[in-house]
Parts: sequence; structure tokens; C-alpha cells
Amino acid sequence: MQIVVELAKLSVCLGKREILTDLNVELSGRTIGLLGPNGAGKSTLILTLLGFHPVTRGTARVLGYDIRRHIKQVSTLVGYMPENDSFIADMTAVSFVRMMGELSGLPAESALERAHEVLFYVGLGEARYRKLGTYSVGMKQMVKLAQAIVHGPRLLILDEPTNGLDPSARRRMLRLIRDIRDSSQMHVLLCSHLLRDVEETCEEVLILKQGRIVHYANLARERSVNQRFVEIETSDDHAGLAEALTEIGCTCTTHGSRRLKMVLPEDFDLREIYRVAAKRDLPLRRLNYRRDTLEDIFLTAMEA
Amino acid sequence: MAVYKQTYKDYSGTRTTPWFRFLILSRYSYARLFQSKFLVLFLAACMFYPLGCAVFIYLSHNIPLLTALRLRSGAMPPIDGQFFNVYCVVQGSLAFLLTTLVGPSLVAPDLANGAMSLYLSRPFSRTQYVAGKMMILLLLLSLITWIPGIVLYLIQAGCAGWDWTRGNAWLAGSIVLGLWIWIVVLSLIALALSAWVKWKIAAGALILGVFFAGAGFGAVIKNVTRTHYGAFIDLMQVVHTIWSDLFRSGSRADLSVTEAWVVLGVTCALCLWLLAKRIRAFEVVK
Repeated sequence: MQIVVELAKLSVCLGKREILTDLNVELSGRTIGLLGPNGAGKSTLILTLLGFHPVTRGTARVLGYDIRRHIKQVSTLVGYMPENDSFIADMTAVSFVRMMGELSGLPAESALERAHEVLFYVGLGEARYRKLGTYSVGMKQMVKLAQAIVHGPRLLILDEPTNGLDPSARRRMLRLIRDIRDSSQMHVLLCSHLLRDVEETCEEVLILKQGRIVHYANLARERSVNQRFVEIETSDDHAGLAEALTEIGCTCTTHGSRRLKMVLPEDFDLREIYRVAAKRDLPLRRLNYRRDTLEDIFLTAMEA
Repeated sequence: MAVYKQTYKDYSGTRTTPWFRFLILSRYSYARLFQSKFLVLFLAACMFYPLGCAVFIYLSHNIPLLTALRLRSGAMPPIDGQFFNVYCVVQGSLAFLLTTLVGPSLVAPDLANGAMSLYLSRPFSRTQYVAGKMMILLLLLSLITWIPGIVLYLIQAGCAGWDWTRGNAWLAGSIVLGLWIWIVVLSLIALALSAWVKWKIAAGALILGVFFAGAGFGAVIKNVTRTHYGAFIDLMQVVHTIWSDLFRSGSRADLSVTEAWVVLGVTCALCLWLLAKRIRAFEVVK
């Protein structure tokens, strides 16, 4: 699997203040979430990867290219959707996206064709000849996404893509991100302070705090690990059930008189639990997987 | 792609060479600028004086027509350095007005709308951005200054013959150089001020202010201190000094030609420094 972002002892200073300190990580997931409280250095990291801030120490590579020596190649392969309003008010959406495509190296005809395609894709097909100054906040977010993907980048960097969106527009944006992830060769680096957005779209999560990496989590792996932790609730006393489940390899601990927590062995068929309960004529009222939410991971990382 | 197939597709086609990518900015800016009827009319109006000069040159060589109009050929002013110096002053003033019209809208809206990060996150450098924006003014101002100036020179050369052309070949160089200096200075000042204030109206006012307030303050300094130092901030006088030297028409200015070149050099360097400070994807707030 190709490494998308590789940081080796990366430090970045703005003025005399060190914003990022000794970052070491290799990220290779299709969608990578960048989390952290305000001032953690998320945006600085993104801007450094784009070559906007100089690297003070260490190295950073994007898709194999050193950002200090090959920033042109990096910017050819990257699409960037900034957090703040970024547009040219007196241009129509189609001209704006076309111009951005041409600036990324697309020939004029291809850029026009792609501009129409991506504007339809993000749902602005009907409004593509309107001037950007007349767009709503949600539409501006979508046009920012359109200009970021018009040239077919290999890495899409999204900085707070759901900022200012109403719930339905937010759902639409997240669906688009998932669709881009699933239907193309593009990697996505998503920076957000909304844990739910990251949880819904990302495979890997990097948590920053005060300019340092405090946690790296592969969400897909954590989810599969969580599948082994099960909590059941019975309608009657479960002492016999716990004994029987222990016999078939589960590790059980009681939790109150009717609750039972257990760790399942590898390759355990969950239907075994129902079989054992049925044999003992013991109705199960509830069976839950333990689920470490991203919020749990985030809060643990913040406390560390 | 059909409208109903709203899926994302990667791009695998060809890419253009980065060398001429800065012209993309100019192309889109022209498309927007020429939507203004006022600008088109102004550009047309800027051609009246060169047209009048062309008629004058034709008349001054057309003896039968002069006779018919009961004019003597010797009574007509000569077509020499002074003639082209006056041409530079008139067209240079129009170029200044055009700059105040077009210049403020070049960089200020991009900065105000935060579009700089979009440009610079692409394979497109700050130098290319400035070159692309500057090209807009360079071409527009060229259209109304040195290009018609050279056409006038060629008309005069065609009418006056080989002897005049050989004796006045330096005039062609003076027209091109003199007006290019003015165009470059105007473009740099317009871009720098447009980048500095981020607000179109304020940028326009500042461009006017740099020239008129500069001239006013220069006169005040000159009268109060009774020195010629006030002329250093009067850019119009600085440029007139250089033009007078280039057209060999005798300067009455307070500045020496060397001082004028130094002032222009410092002004251009200052503008470039300001552009280097302001044309950034993000401002780092200290």
C-alpha cells in the first residue's frame, strides 16, 4: 500500500513559535482523519504539506515526494479545499472551476468538460452559470469541493468541509466524500473538529495536541477488535450461562445479576451464545458489541 | 458524461506546460474586464489622440493638400523628439487613468475573497501569479501607448523618407523605452497597492494619491525647504525628466536624470517587496 503522507521528525515554526514538534508518522489509508482541539496544529500541518509554511526541521513526503524539493509535483497531485471562503465573486461557477482546472494543468477544453462534470457531481449543475457571489454558504462549500477535484488529484485535502452546512447539506457532503473515496483512486485527508464526520468517513485517525501527535488509530482495525467484546443481558440469573460460555472458550465477567461481559475467542461464531442460552432455556434480552467511539479514543488521547 | 451519471471520474488526460500557465489568469481577467462597456469606450477614446497625430503627420507631408488649405509646409510644427515627447505625455496620462480603472480590481478581490490559497495550492507560483496579473496591464497599456507611438513613427518614416528615418532612428527606441518604463512603473504600483489594501475603491484612491498627493507634497517640501528633494516623491516629474532626456528635448526639472532613474528603481523595488509580502496563500499573524 502506498504511503500517502510520511512525516519524519517534522517541526514547523511560525515566527519564533514552534507550532509542530517532531511529528513522526506514516499514513497510508484511503481516508485519513486529522483531529485535535483548536490550536493543535492541524491546519498548520495541512498548510505545510501544501508548501505554504516552510519546514523548520525534519522532512515531510506526500505521495513519495519531498515537499521541500518537489513541491510542484506535490501540488500537481493534490486537491485542496480550504476552510475559509475562497472564491472569485464575479465569476460564474463554471468559469471559476474551469480556470482552476486550467491552472492545475488541464487543457482548456478538458477543463471545461471537467468543470461541468464536477459541478453536476457536487449538485450544482443547475446553478453553474450563476455568479459565485450569489451562492449560499452551502453552495460555496460545494464549489470549493468541485475546484479541488476538477483536475483529478491523487490526494484530496479537506479542511473542515462541513463548516456552516445544515444537516442535510452535511450529510450530502459526507456522502460525496465517501463516494470519492470508494469510486476513485483518490486518497482523502480530512481535517475536522467534528468527530462524527471523521468517524463516518475515515479509516485512519491522527490526533494532534499542542503540535504533537498524541494518538494514531486505525479505525477499521479498532472496530474489528471491538467485535470481540460483547455484553449480554439476560432475563434471569446467568450463573449457569456464564459457566457454559466459559467452557466453550469465552472469558466472562459478571456485571450485576443479569448482565454479563465477555471476550470472545478468535473465529468465534456468535450464534453459539444463542445456542447455549436456548439449551438452558434462558431468554437473552440484549446483546451489544462494545463500541469504543471515536469520542472515547479522542478523549483518552486528550487526557494522555 | 451524461447528467444522470453523477459519479466521480479520475482524470488521466494530458497536462499543459507550466511555462505559459500565467497567461490563463490574464485570459480570464480580460474576459471579465471587457464585459464593461465603459472600459471599451475608454479604450476607443484613447485612440483619438494617436489618430489626430497620424492625420497631422499625413497633412504635414501632403503639400497639395496644404496648398489647398492655404497653409505653408514650414508653418507646421516639426515631427521630432518634442512631438513624440508630447505624445508620450498625453498617452501616458491616459495610461495612468486606465490604470486607476483596471489596476485596483486585479489583486484586491483575490485577497479579499481568500482566493490566493486556491491559486497557490496548484502548480502555480507567486511569480506566475504576479506575472499573469501584470500582463493584463502591460498589454492594455501597450495598446494605447507605445504600439500607436511606433505606428506614428512608421507613418512619419514612410512620409519623410530614408534620410529622416536614418537621422531619427533613436526616436523609435525612445518611444518604446520611455513608454515601457511608464507602463512597468504604473503596473507595479497598481498591483502593489491593490495587494496592500485589499479593497478596490481604496486601492484606486491610493493609486491617484501616490501620484497627485506625491506631486503636492513634493511641491510643499520644495517650497518649505527650498531644496529639490521634494521632486523625489513626485513620480510624474521623475518620469518627465527621463522622457525629456530620452527625447532630447531639454528638461526644466529639478532632478538630474541619474536621480530620476534611482527614484524609479527604488519605487519598483518597493512595489516588488510589497508584492512579495502580500501575495501569500495565508497571512501569518504574529
